[in-house]
Amino acid sequence: MTNQSRREFLKTTALIGTAVTGLSSKTNGAQTNQLSEDRMGVLVDTTICIGCRKCEWACKTSHEMETAPLDSYDDRSVFNVKRRPDSKSLTVVNEYLNNETSSLPIDVKVQCMHCDNPACVSACIVGAFSKKENGAVIWDGDKCIGCRYCMIACPFQVPAFEFEVALKPDIKKCDFCFERTKIGKIPACTEICPVEAVTFGRREDLVKAAHHKIKNYPNRYINRVFGEHEVGGTSWIYLASKEFEELAFPKLGKDPAPGVSEAIQHGIFAYFVPPIALYALLGGVMWINKNKKIEQGEEN
Amino acid sequence: MEDMKPVPMNKKYFTPVVIGLAVLAVNGIIFLLARFAFGIGAVTNLDNQHPWGIWIGLDVAAGVALAAGGFTTAALGHIMHKDKYHAVIRPALLPAALGYTFVAVSVMIDLGRPYYIWHPLIMWNGSSVLFEVGICVMIYLTVLYIEFLPIVTERFIGRVKLPGILQRFNNPLDKFLRILDKGLEKTMFIFIIAGVVLSCLHQSSLGTLMVIAGPKMHPLWQTPILPLLFLMSAISVGFPMVIFESIITSRSFGLKPETPILSSLGSMVAPLLGVYLAFKIGDMVIRGTFVHLTTITAPSIMFTIELLFGVIIPLRMFMSRQVSKSPAGLLIASFLVIFGVFLNRLNNFLVAYTPPYEQQAYFPSFGEISVTVGFIALEILLFRLAVMIFPIVSVPGVSAQKTKYSVRGGIR
Repeated sequence: MTNQSRREFLKTTALIGTAVTGLSSKTNGAQTNQLSEDRMGVLVDTTICIGCRKCEWACKTSHEMETAPLDSYDDRSVFNVKRRPDSKSLTVVNEYLNNETSSLPIDVKVQCMHCDNPACVSACIVGAFSKKENGAVIWDGDKCIGCRYCMIACPFQVPAFEFEVALKPDIKKCDFCFERTKIGKIPACTEICPVEAVTFGRREDLVKAAHHKIKNYPNRYINRVFGEHEVGGTSWIYLASKEFEELAFPKLGKDPAPGVSEAIQHGIFAYFVPPIALYALLGGVMWINKNKKIEQGEEN
Repeated sequence: MEDMKPVPMNKKYFTPVVIGLAVLAVNGIIFLLARFAFGIGAVTNLDNQHPWGIWIGLDVAAGVALAAGGFTTAALGHIMHKDKYHAVIRPALLPAALGYTFVAVSVMIDLGRPYYIWHPLIMWNGSSVLFEVGICVMIYLTVLYIEFLPIVTERFIGRVKLPGILQRFNNPLDKFLRILDKGLEKTMFIFIIAGVVLSCLHQSSLGTLMVIAGPKMHPLWQTPILPLLFLMSAISVGFPMVIFESIITSRSFGLKPETPILSSLGSMVAPLLGVYLAFKIGDMVIRGTFVHLTTITAPSIMFTIELLFGVIIPLRMFMSRQVSKSPAGLLIASFLVIFGVFLNRLNNFLVAYTPPYEQQAYFPSFGEISVTVGFIALEILLFRLAVMIFPIVSVPGVSAQKTKYSVRGGIR
């Protein structure tokens, strides 16, 4: 090989290499989140929450959903059953007994956690979900086909479907008040909360604040911030006085929720090499077998 | 070997069984209409805890797996070029084409917004497993129809007889069919290979589908090798499905079952099932999930039934020479494999799925079951209709006509 041609060869290889990496970052990168350092979050301090459920009312009002008058939210009998967010209420507060440290109950607000690596975004067949720069995970009603795979994927069982709607059912979930934050307002629940149990801020600052609280009040909190690492981190993070699993939080690992699934998927479709290789292999086998048949036929 | 030739079946369409199936089909269609009028929630037992029911777990997931006869026989007959199996390729292709059609229809009725089913074609999400499954199934369905086209041209070349005013289209249509036939003959290998590749892709990806559910899925089934298990079980169920359908069709039309071909098809099932079983047990051992079998719960019972009756017993049966020589033995053993894969898909998609906040367990409603049963009935009815119209089922030495249909005289 002459010097010239070797240089040419290297050049071409390098070019192909860049092209492939460029292509790969494009194919794999289309869905990866551009996680902003300044993405927002909410710190929920369940030791402060008094269970007034004003956040539920504010949420419904700001999303123009049907709601009973604010006074009716004083009725604490709803705590007799554990509720889940659904298509008619995007956030709910549940109450748990607190027998160890005090007689006061523990109230836990539940809504979409706005994961940093959301399973719904990875799963959605048409990419109707997206993680926004400000941390919100939102749903695009113009794309959704109503397959409900997001509900299968979500580790927190959050997205809800309008099963009773025949023509154009929606997926409903907390949208982090995307329409409000866009114009500089803070999420409705954090605005109305009378005791600052829910605090809106930069996620990074909130994580620091949470650890600060744990350090300053070690008797008040267990030493864990739920959502700091769970499923790769969530925008909404929680503090509590007892183990989160006892407060009906799901037991989850630290790996991003879509992790294994995406790895398998991208493995099978790595630059389309495996499918094309299989096609070529089968084509080769077919050709060889056909020739064998023809040869045998001639002999006969 | 006797000369086999596919011919349209010539029998009365309506039998008591056919009428019974028609009643079931109509019942299903009634509930289907109710679903479109009043919403999914009105007809099904689905809720926010259980977003997918039997319409996905059975009609779609099991439907795709049980239509595997199409690509496995295509691989055997066309790619491996085993000519003696040509008699079963068409009887396997038809249920595959029908099966996938109904998979598509089942997806449509389960979608909240069926009129947006084309969205994935232009709104891509490369990391979505469902997107890949959807695209693969769409393309494969097209490929299946293309593979079926030669049967249509064979049936109608030289026989186009449109009634009344349409008569003038007879000649152009005949010419078109001949051109189509010639074109297909030259290019069919492209589609056959594509069909096998597409099948391998989405049969396995159907397994990846539930991986993202993570801890929501019972550890007996949740494993990163789910795609491999799905692919292997789909390949194992392909031939049993062909055997089962072939024997039933033969009985229904009063023909002698093609036992020699079916026996040699059956002889390939044991190794395939054996490999599948080895992987299934190996996976269980490596992940240590067999501990879940020591307690008696719904999942552990279902898993045991699936493995014992759906894999181990039929594996033993297919290894016996006696079984593979008798149509009855083949029928039962094949049925068990089909049952096993059916149950496996049901288990993966429904039994294993345990939502973290479950208020009540899911059991399909009467309406859901009606639609599923109705679709199966409709498929059988259409299958019967198709084998009576098209040359699909091979019959030994029916006609001595050796000439290729394309040299049949045109219409005067």
